[in-house]
Amino acid sequence: MKIRAQFAMVFNLDKCIGCHTCSVTCKNVWTNRKGVEYAWFNNVESKPGIGYPKEWENQEKWKGGWEKLNGKLELKAGGKIKKLVQIFANPNMPQIDDYYEPFTFDYARLQNAPLSEAAPTARPVSQVTGEKMDKVTWGPNWEDDLAGEFASRARDKNFSNMEKEMYKQFENTFHMYLPRICNHCINPACVASCPSGALYKRDEDGIVLADQDRCRGWRMCISGCPYKKVFFNWESSKAEKCVGCYPRVENGLPTVCSESCVGRIRYNGIILYDADKISEAASADNVQDLYQEHLDMFVDPFDPAVIAQAKKDGISDDWILAAQKSPIYKMAVQWKIAFPLHPEYRTLPMIWYVPPLSPVQSQIDQKALPTEADGVIPKASAMRLPVKYLANLLTAGQEQPIVDALNRMIAMRSYQRSIHVEGTPDTRALDAVGMTEDMAKEMYRYLAIANYEDRFVIPTSKEEMRMEDYYGFQGQAGFSFGNDSSTGISPNSLFPERRKETVESRLLAPHADDHDVSGERY
Amino acid sequence: MSLNTLFFGVYPYICLTVFVIGSWIRYDNEQYTWKTDSSMLLSKDNMLLASNLFHVGILMLFLGHFAGMVLPHGLWVALGVSDLAHQWLAIWAGLIFGTACLVGGVMLWRRRMFNPRIRKNSRRADIFVLSWLLLTLILGLLTIPFSIGHANKGDPSVMLALGEWVRSILVLNPKPELMAQADPIFRAHIFFGLTVFLIFPFTRLVHILTAPFNYAVRAYQIVRTKRPVKSSI
Repeated sequence: MKIRAQFAMVFNLDKCIGCHTCSVTCKNVWTNRKGVEYAWFNNVESKPGIGYPKEWENQEKWKGGWEKLNGKLELKAGGKIKKLVQIFANPNMPQIDDYYEPFTFDYARLQNAPLSEAAPTARPVSQVTGEKMDKVTWGPNWEDDLAGEFASRARDKNFSNMEKEMYKQFENTFHMYLPRICNHCINPACVASCPSGALYKRDEDGIVLADQDRCRGWRMCISGCPYKKVFFNWESSKAEKCVGCYPRVENGLPTVCSESCVGRIRYNGIILYDADKISEAASADNVQDLYQEHLDMFVDPFDPAVIAQAKKDGISDDWILAAQKSPIYKMAVQWKIAFPLHPEYRTLPMIWYVPPLSPVQSQIDQKALPTEADGVIPKASAMRLPVKYLANLLTAGQEQPIVDALNRMIAMRSYQRSIHVEGTPDTRALDAVGMTEDMAKEMYRYLAIANYEDRFVIPTSKEEMRMEDYYGFQGQAGFSFGNDSSTGISPNSLFPERRKETVESRLLAPHADDHDVSGERY
Repeated sequence: MSLNTLFFGVYPYICLTVFVIGSWIRYDNEQYTWKTDSSMLLSKDNMLLASNLFHVGILMLFLGHFAGMVLPHGLWVALGVSDLAHQWLAIWAGLIFGTACLVGGVMLWRRRMFNPRIRKNSRRADIFVLSWLLLTLILGLLTIPFSIGHANKGDPSVMLALGEWVRSILVLNPKPELMAQADPIFRAHIFFGLTVFLIFPFTRLVHILTAPFNYAVRAYQIVRTKRPVKSSI
């Protein structure tokens, strides 16, 4: 057993309203630069839909992630030798139009146009060429709220093994939002695809980063990531990706997308797992077993044996405490209401999702829906969203875990409804799914109230333990020059020492109370 | 100093010195700029064919030049390759891979010059280096009729002299006089070729030096631990 800590998140899709605040705050912090205008480390997709970039879930097309080949785990796009052979031109590389050609508008035209019968228009201008564009044809949320014809959206891979034609009819239409960021996978395909070894997973918190110095732009990670969440900066020709807002996380703050989430759907925390089980879990024979294998990797942070081993593996006490209080552990392991996105890619992703409930209120009112014992809340199988669709998205098609999760969420609602509406607790729904009242109350606190301190349990990275002179680096955690965990420095330097860290004076700064008798500071 | 000595006795050392020292300084100090500068994201426009033809062609040409001119002549003699056979081999290999490289290179050049996305985002150095490589390549292909002429006469002496000259440069005992007897087209090709080494550290060509062979033997996953931070320099 080797215990590692992973910074992980849960997105509660049941409360996502698709406002894109997460996308916009992320964009403003990380990708408002030339070369990555088209890149959204965080985007919110409307499902069903083919998403951004187009059809990213179709791995027959993009060859992202891993597959089981002759009993061995192998990159879907081929092994190391095949990758090196394809290095002159990556056949699986998306083109920028698969995301969208970045654009702005010729706003000045609105003010400068001469007097005319028709109102002037601001035409789109390509940010790649600076030329006028005929029209904008795709974007990070092009299918927002089910925009576009069904035939196009129905290419969504999650419709596999479903009779999708019936969902074309207006009465049967369903819709959900899917916010997506880098999954900071435990078995990342982008890291494995990188020929120059620039992408890496941090030992301390499992955040996956791209070393900007070491990256040579071989562009294998772009197609290797099955979620298409590594982006090619066309200005710098380097790979860029979600950094898990590590400068914030290291200081105990939630990521920008989580902090700004209006619906309070995002949970940040630590989860402990057994690193010795990675390859076993990722190479389960049946893709439908991957969710369970992934769950089995997580260890119980309350188990004394686990705590002892974690300490031996260099995990500090307050990280263990954070793992015990982690909302991720509660939702993924204890309540089993959160699931990994597309476990069949075998990357062991660490952004998990609570599936949305989607009752049809008008049908409930007409008593046309089969309901739970309380006669008010409908059964999981009678929701508008087909369980099969959710299962294709979250459990490689296995429906039972999704149904169980929806039932637990429904039972919690039914119980809370009985308290707040009827005035007397009705535990029939809880009993049916084997939940206790305490559990339901806690779930209610985490899911419905979602207090800040319950959502975000983030231990600091203990920079003060790593730095000799931590006052010299005050306010700089995560903002050092180069990469803190970079090994990209050549030992055979032409010059005696390269400056990687911030230059600090050898002299100590005076303390506030260091005054001489005349009152002058020295 | 005659022009011949300047071009084939002095210039090679200027080029090689700039190549070595320049690349070293850039690797040391400008890691961020050390990259392939791939433009495939902006346009895949025939890239699968063009880039492969160009890269495979140019790498094979480099290997061919290395084998024929840098490796000692005695090695080929010991292997039982006669000088004339050596020359015919060089002619055929040069023709095949030179043509592949030219076809790919012209496709890449057209893309760089006339694809609006690529043109707009090309630095002057990008256009210059590709054009210069193509000119060098065309000059190299133009030497082939001369080589065929020599080979038909059963006279490999020019080829041997060129190899001898390359080795004389590398062992720091330059013999520029060997070049005086070569046809002007060979001298032009060599001048252009030497200049590639001169411009090397200032262009995207540096990516050749970090070809990721290591990938074939390393583990798939990479985990890095933070380094301790020193307080001052």
